[in-house]
Amino acid sequence: MENLAVEKRFVVSSSPHVKDPETVQKIMIDVLISLVPAVVVAAVFFREQAIIPIVICLVAAMATEFVLLRKGIFNDGSAAVTGVLLALTLPPGSDWWLCVIGAVSAIILGKYVFGGLGNNIFNPALVGRAVLLASWGGRMTAWLSPVDLRSTATPLAEPGQAALVDLFTGNVSGSLGETSAVALLIGAAYLLYKGHINWRIPGGYIGSALIMGTVMSAAGFGFDITMGLWHVLAGGLLLGALFMATDMVTSPVTPNGQLIFGIGCGVLTMLIRIYGNYPEGVTFAILIMNAVTPLIDNATRPRFYGEVKK
Amino acid sequence: MTTKTFKGGTHPPHDKPAAGKPIVTAEAPSRVVIPLSQHSGKPCEPLVKVGDEVKMGQKIGDVDAFISAPIHSSVSGKVVEIAPYFNPGGNGPMCVVIESDGKDTWADEVKPNKPLEELTGEEIIKITKEAGVVGLGGAAFPTHVKLIPPEGGLEALILNGAECEPYLTCDHRLMVERAEDMIYGAKAMMKALQARKCYIGIEVNKPDAISATRDAIGGDPDIEVVELEVKYPQGSGKQLVTAVMNGLEVPSGKRSTDVGIQVSNTGTAIAIADAIKTGRPLIDTVMTVAGSGINESANILVRVGTIFSEIAEQCGGLKDNSAKIIMGGPMMGNAVPSLDFPVCKATSGVLIFTEDEVVIEEYLPCIKCARCVDVCPAFIMPNFISNAGEQNDYAAAKKLHVEECIECGSCAFVCPAKRPIVQWIRLCKSAIWAMSK
Repeated sequence: MENLAVEKRFVVSSSPHVKDPETVQKIMIDVLISLVPAVVVAAVFFREQAIIPIVICLVAAMATEFVLLRKGIFNDGSAAVTGVLLALTLPPGSDWWLCVIGAVSAIILGKYVFGGLGNNIFNPALVGRAVLLASWGGRMTAWLSPVDLRSTATPLAEPGQAALVDLFTGNVSGSLGETSAVALLIGAAYLLYKGHINWRIPGGYIGSALIMGTVMSAAGFGFDITMGLWHVLAGGLLLGALFMATDMVTSPVTPNGQLIFGIGCGVLTMLIRIYGNYPEGVTFAILIMNAVTPLIDNATRPRFYGEVKK
Repeated sequence: MTTKTFKGGTHPPHDKPAAGKPIVTAEAPSRVVIPLSQHSGKPCEPLVKVGDEVKMGQKIGDVDAFISAPIHSSVSGKVVEIAPYFNPGGNGPMCVVIESDGKDTWADEVKPNKPLEELTGEEIIKITKEAGVVGLGGAAFPTHVKLIPPEGGLEALILNGAECEPYLTCDHRLMVERAEDMIYGAKAMMKALQARKCYIGIEVNKPDAISATRDAIGGDPDIEVVELEVKYPQGSGKQLVTAVMNGLEVPSGKRSTDVGIQVSNTGTAIAIADAIKTGRPLIDTVMTVAGSGINESANILVRVGTIFSEIAEQCGGLKDNSAKIIMGGPMMGNAVPSLDFPVCKATSGVLIFTEDEVVIEEYLPCIKCARCVDVCPAFIMPNFISNAGEQNDYAAAKKLHVEECIECGSCAFVCPAKRPIVQWIRLCKSAIWAMSK
């Protein structure tokens, strides 16, 4: 009886001795699940012109990570998320090499040059997209209309023209994942329910874009709520606000910081859309806010318990 | 009535397998190993020598220091050895080893005191000190020091019956079974502290304890049960003050008495009641034995100095696949390498986990999901501190206010990357402390 300890070895480790079952991999799987509605809608509207780019991006992203790490195919799952998110920002029918270059850039330049998941400053999928946008601007803005797959312009080229209801369901031209607002909202609702995102970043982003879109246009100031809604629903704003800006690694951790980050994304997006050369501003708005995230976290540190102002 | 709580915190699985089990008394040990340091403060010097006959309740250790508490024999018998003994704290304190004569003869000085109404505050403090009462919530701070009233008395005494750690049920059972004595002890503490009010904070998952306590209070307008939300770490001193006193915070670097509040454990109040009513010093404690690795969970009254492995035997023994021993609760308790050391005054429980519960996971880099920031009851940023700790950047950790951490473990509990955040925080704290010397 008294020699129990000698006979048997017990594990000694630091408290706490119980852990929540949540893991990084489970979170990434949930993000993939949340993207299913957007992928399905893209597949319905653009058929093989959507399915092939999504599969190529997914495989290329995971393969790149496998080559870099030389272990595991799925690992923490973040490469798969990056691949699918990148694909959703591409125009339908993108060439295979465009997808591969985008995915490889996203994983290497977006993630591993910084030391891998958790250490990256910028959203990897958007880094991949930015590389493609800077290198092949024409191909990245060659749109197809849904269902009949004819060449067409993005609704953003003609502000206010597309019907709000079409923007909502996704019956408009645009990148694979950015056409259907309802599919994106369903996915985001799942992430909210699971607690992986909160309202602050999407709320700040969409709210500020709605206000700016309502009161501002290239012509001057006014008040047009339809234009505000149009700006929220058109282009990549919802995809960016719900899935890109909410990327945990590259957004602030403090509650106030998240709100500031969201508002900053919204304001920059609208400034680029209204006054900039690009019709779309989501990519660069989020990348710029990614860059200032450490500053926001520093500036919005919560008051600690019992803190006495000096 | 709405339940009160603090901001932050988390919900570990609330396994309390022994909650419905009445307190049983452990078999009288044939030999006890009584450490001479069972409290925070100065260790005691032995008052006996090898070969001495001692009686139960006889003082065997004391020291002339303000922050200390005397030690008493928990059996009657013969001192056979005085030597340092293994202790999971690692310091190997001097222990008095006594062979019991099996008679449990009480020492002559153990006799009832005057009733509470006739005692003065100073007398209550003296009785508490002589009985060796220490805080039974875990810190084992000598209680008589905490009973010294501040200038102008105290706003309120808060008795901590939250017991927010999973598994532990010793406070719960004591409240259910000994509520009358707890209220008696509370009144004694109020008298010593000149406290105007007494609040007894109990989490609402213990309705039987709440009703027993309310019955024991009767019509006393100065004592009140405060129902608390079930949330970890509700039983942490500062968080309890904030919950009970409607958001009042204890300023950084100060004690709760600086804002007019004293906090004590419910079991401590019962120990004081015992000391006054019977003269009995603190020579036994109620602890919870639980976890999937033990055959029979129990709330068990154990003499100080009993070896843990004897208690485990009385609870049906350890299962073959037992793999981890935890002193205290699963959130803040310490894992220890064996059961071969003695029970102390402030021992609240021992948990035995099986192999499948003891998975040492490989941790990943922080993905900044902010779960830890959301749950931290000290409102610091555990994610950035863990990065600083990982890189041995103690200056950065200090800038992030690592010293405000109460080590409740909520951050490491919720972390999806399984980062050993508390471990790094302790590393930072001790490095900062060493640098400041």
